Amino acid sequence: MQLKSFANISLSLAVATSALTGVNAAETSPTIKVPDTWQFDAGLLIYAEADDQVQAIEGALSAKKNLDDERSIALKVVIDSLTGASPNGAVGQNQVQTFTRPSGNGSYTVTAGDTPLDDTFKDTRVALSAQYNQQLSRLWQYSGGGNLSKEYDYLSLAINSALARDFNNRNTTASLGFSYAFDIYEPEGGIPLAKASVSDAINRGGSDDSKQTLDVLAGITQVINRQTLMQFNYAHSKVSGYQTDPFKIVSIIDNNGWAQDYIYESRPDDRTKQSLFWRTKYMRQPSNQVLDVSYRYFWDDWGMTAHNIDTRWRFQLQDRHFIEPHLRYYNQQAVDFYRVYLNDGEVRAQHVTADYRLGEMQTYTFGLKYGFPIADNEFSIRLEYYLTRVTGDNSLAKGAGLSGIDLYPDKSAFMLQSFYRF
Amino acid sequence: MKLTVLMILILGLSGCTSLGVKPWQRDLLAQPVMQLAENPIENGFDDHTYFSKEGASGGGSYAGGGCGCN
Repeated sequence: MQLKSFANISLSLAVATSALTGVNAAETSPTIKVPDTWQFDAGLLIYAEADDQVQAIEGALSAKKNLDDERSIALKVVIDSLTGASPNGAVGQNQVQTFTRPSGNGSYTVTAGDTPLDDTFKDTRVALSAQYNQQLSRLWQYSGGGNLSKEYDYLSLAINSALARDFNNRNTTASLGFSYAFDIYEPEGGIPLAKASVSDAINRGGSDDSKQTLDVLAGITQVINRQTLMQFNYAHSKVSGYQTDPFKIVSIIDNNGWAQDYIYESRPDDRTKQSLFWRTKYMRQPSNQVLDVSYRYFWDDWGMTAHNIDTRWRFQLQDRHFIEPHLRYYNQQAVDFYRVYLNDGEVRAQHVTADYRLGEMQTYTFGLKYGFPIADNEFSIRLEYYLTRVTGDNSLAKGAGLSGIDLYPDKSAFMLQSFYRF
Repeated sequence: MKLTVLMILILGLSGCTSLGVKPWQRDLLAQPVMQLAENPIENGFDDHTYFSKEGASGGGSYAGGGCGCN
């Protein structure tokens, strides 16, 4: 069974950090009620890619309780299930291609002209997290928590801790947090040997491998004026260990464009990721419209740089109804070892991947959310369209084997989400 | 790079002293829609999707591990 989880355990950590930095407003608020009972948030996501690629359904439930005036606890459970097909990294061909399944059992064929998709993609994941917040003194606040995520062939354990302090009459909050994660990958069939041919008799190493991730996140949240809040973050992430995708392969192409072989991809064991993040929330008056804009610049030592801009604009309607359009643009450059395919006979570098997610691409998200009260609690539903445009050197579609083949096929998906707070 | 980031943070902090509001002017900022983590479930869904499908992650939150969706 192949795993392609949808998960990112770091989410609850984001909430923890945001909770820290957003504390000043809530503390002085006459309008926010401080519940002494559990407050629940529930959500459902249906994710559907075009062309029978990945289909996912994900449910999430979080519960938060103020233990007293200074302490609160939040618990969260997420369950998701995925099926469908996913690009295996090989390029399309003007003839039928046959691939061995990642588990080593059986094979699947790809029609001439089509993008090779591995159809053995199926998994279920359960993730649990707990987060504790405490006001240490008038100006200091602490947050700490843990996460556990389990899939068929993947286990992730993580802890996090953060401190925040208010300055300038609580108009400025500085926070510093870290997260440490330990992940174990145990793909069916074992860990492929780096750059080994898929047809080699012996091309698998051990049964599992692991990686460790240490994240540090430093942030400042600043109240600009009565209507405007601004946030700046610097994030540093160090990943050590197995980061190769054991299910991705790379085509070996001859001078006529025909695939002679397929090899397993290989990624470096170390990656250092950094990013700068800016976000602003602004409430227009007297309409109470809320504009939420963020920008992130990302770079790493694999040679990738990326920009993304996210914009949400909430329009308040009558009787607590609202609509919120959402636009997001993302642009990334390829990592240094990305190759759409390798030439037969060329000297192979230490690392190579043909995974489009590490190649050059742009993504666009267009969404609309509509919310209204049910039984005096907020319900909202959001529909989003997510388009991925993969780009690269089209002149590489050479010879009889590749002529007319789209080496960088676009992808698209619809996401339907609903939320209820009670 | 690290020095530049540190300088930006220090300058940011010192420059912030002239910004802000009085405690009685927090009526709008205190509303739930103005909180940074206004809908954590929605943030979770978004981050799951983009983490799985794009090469960059983190910034607004920790970038870190958690699934086999590399």
